[in-house]
Amino acid sequence: MSSYLTIKNLTVRLKNGAPILRAVSLDVAAGQVHGLVGESGAGKSMIGKAVLGTLPRALQVTSGEIWLDGVDLLSLPASERRRRIGATAALIPQDPLTALNPSKRIGPQITRRLVDILGWRKQDAEARALDLLGEVHIPDPARVMRSYPHELSGGMRQRILIASAFAAEPKLIIADEPTTALDVTVQKQILRLIGEMQARHNTALLFVTHDLGVVSKVCDTLSVLYAGKVVEEARMQRFFMRPIHPYSAALLAATPTYTNPDSGLTPVPQTVTDAVEREVREHDLRAGA
Amino acid sequence: MMYEIRDLRLSFPDMTQKPLLGPAPRIEVLKGLSFDLPKGAVLGIVGGSGSGKSTLGRAMLRLLEPSAGSITFDGTDITHMQEAQLRGMRQRFQMIFQDPMSSLNPRRKVGGIIAGPLKLHGLDGLQARVDEALDMVGLPRSFAQRYPHELSGGQRQRVGIARAIALRPAFILADEIVSGLDVSSQAQVLNLLGELVRELGLTLAFVSHDLSVIRRLCDRVLVLHQGVIVEEGETAALFEAPQEAYTRALLEAIPLPDPDQPWE
Repeated sequence: MSSYLTIKNLTVRLKNGAPILRAVSLDVAAGQVHGLVGESGAGKSMIGKAVLGTLPRALQVTSGEIWLDGVDLLSLPASERRRRIGATAALIPQDPLTALNPSKRIGPQITRRLVDILGWRKQDAEARALDLLGEVHIPDPARVMRSYPHELSGGMRQRILIASAFAAEPKLIIADEPTTALDVTVQKQILRLIGEMQARHNTALLFVTHDLGVVSKVCDTLSVLYAGKVVEEARMQRFFMRPIHPYSAALLAATPTYTNPDSGLTPVPQTVTDAVEREVREHDLRAGA
Repeated sequence: MMYEIRDLRLSFPDMTQKPLLGPAPRIEVLKGLSFDLPKGAVLGIVGGSGSGKSTLGRAMLRLLEPSAGSITFDGTDITHMQEAQLRGMRQRFQMIFQDPMSSLNPRRKVGGIIAGPLKLHGLDGLQARVDEALDMVGLPRSFAQRYPHELSGGQRQRVGIARAIALRPAFILADEIVSGLDVSSQAQVLNLLGELVRELGLTLAFVSHDLSVIRRLCDRVLVLHQGVIVEEGETAALFEAPQEAYTRALLEAIPLPDPDQPWE
């Protein structure tokens, strides 16, 4: 099977040794969407950052392997690793406003990577950007290329970032809470668009979110994280029918749904958090031994 | 009635269009809203960003002055009431804010934060009132000696609730108070709020973009879109048979945690 991303036993620690990710393993194949779910502080964004080599300075990978399109990234020298990541992976960030430079027009912000990093000719890069803006259903792409970010709506900006992520035909895209800042109606359009683009380009997609509703709409498989540890890995249908880990079940029970007035709002019970904390401690003991 | 609101209009000056000399043109944010809020009701106010839901809340607390129409609070017209008179009223309508990290003073201890408004309104027996408020939101009394940064997000939001209920208001506005919380602490905060409403006989307006949360907590819902009330009614009726296309679109766009939900 052709896995575009394979992570094996990835452990990330603070400089003082405190673990942030605890032996995380996962596998995303071409054309597959894998969700990373968990509450804040669970480390779901850190997995994406570790892959893209953008971990905060205070953190470092202490063990494990990250295979991106058949290459073990951590075995490469730093400059080669950056080049490799730039050529094969891309990010769709959370906040479409801060991710775009407010003082630059849209066009150069999409083409820069193609020209500077991948060495495309400027005309080719511009033609490609125009095509992509059309692909993400932006009306009048030529005008948008000349616009500044503040002239566009949040949904439009997120479309541009999606186009930009797909520009260099990456094997892997990491989407980090890409719709959290958007209204539900816009969110729906953007989620559909990401799914459509991902299927058309046969990209592997790692989708980070705290929203189980969103996961059920876009992902094929998912990992549930707690304190940097994967507590459950599952296929979508099975997960929502029969979550195996008590923490997964508790998360589902805490999520309200508008179709059922009695659903949700069962707080995660203390017994469940105690049990999962214990599991994490036991893991640390084994890892230390 | 807790609130009777008639043809409420509110506009802001549009500084981006201001000519060099002379006043800026005005943008109308609330375009003639009328509704009643009965005592003891829990009203959900929903809408997309820019729909005017927070502006409506702030007008109800007279943090903003309407440009036309009227707001009657418990029989008193507060539409254009002067600040000095309003100060006497404010004890009766309180607010819980979205982000407790920025609405709680980081340099004061929890006890001082809760006591602040009590002092402002000249109440005595501060210690007892602070303790009682902490009891009601389920925080240990020892938390009075802690600083906000020492608490979790859910605990901080409980402090925000304690500060509001310590004054024993008749009405509370809660503006997106769980949107920054994880689902597990969200459930706790919402359950707490529901209990307090019942125990204290509060009237609550709950502003949120999350219809699933509204369904669980509120008995009436008001749907806003571009400063106009699109639909208003009892929660169960509105969710089961929405009358307006906008309400239906809003509901259908919500991703349910269910892979079998149709999503096209």
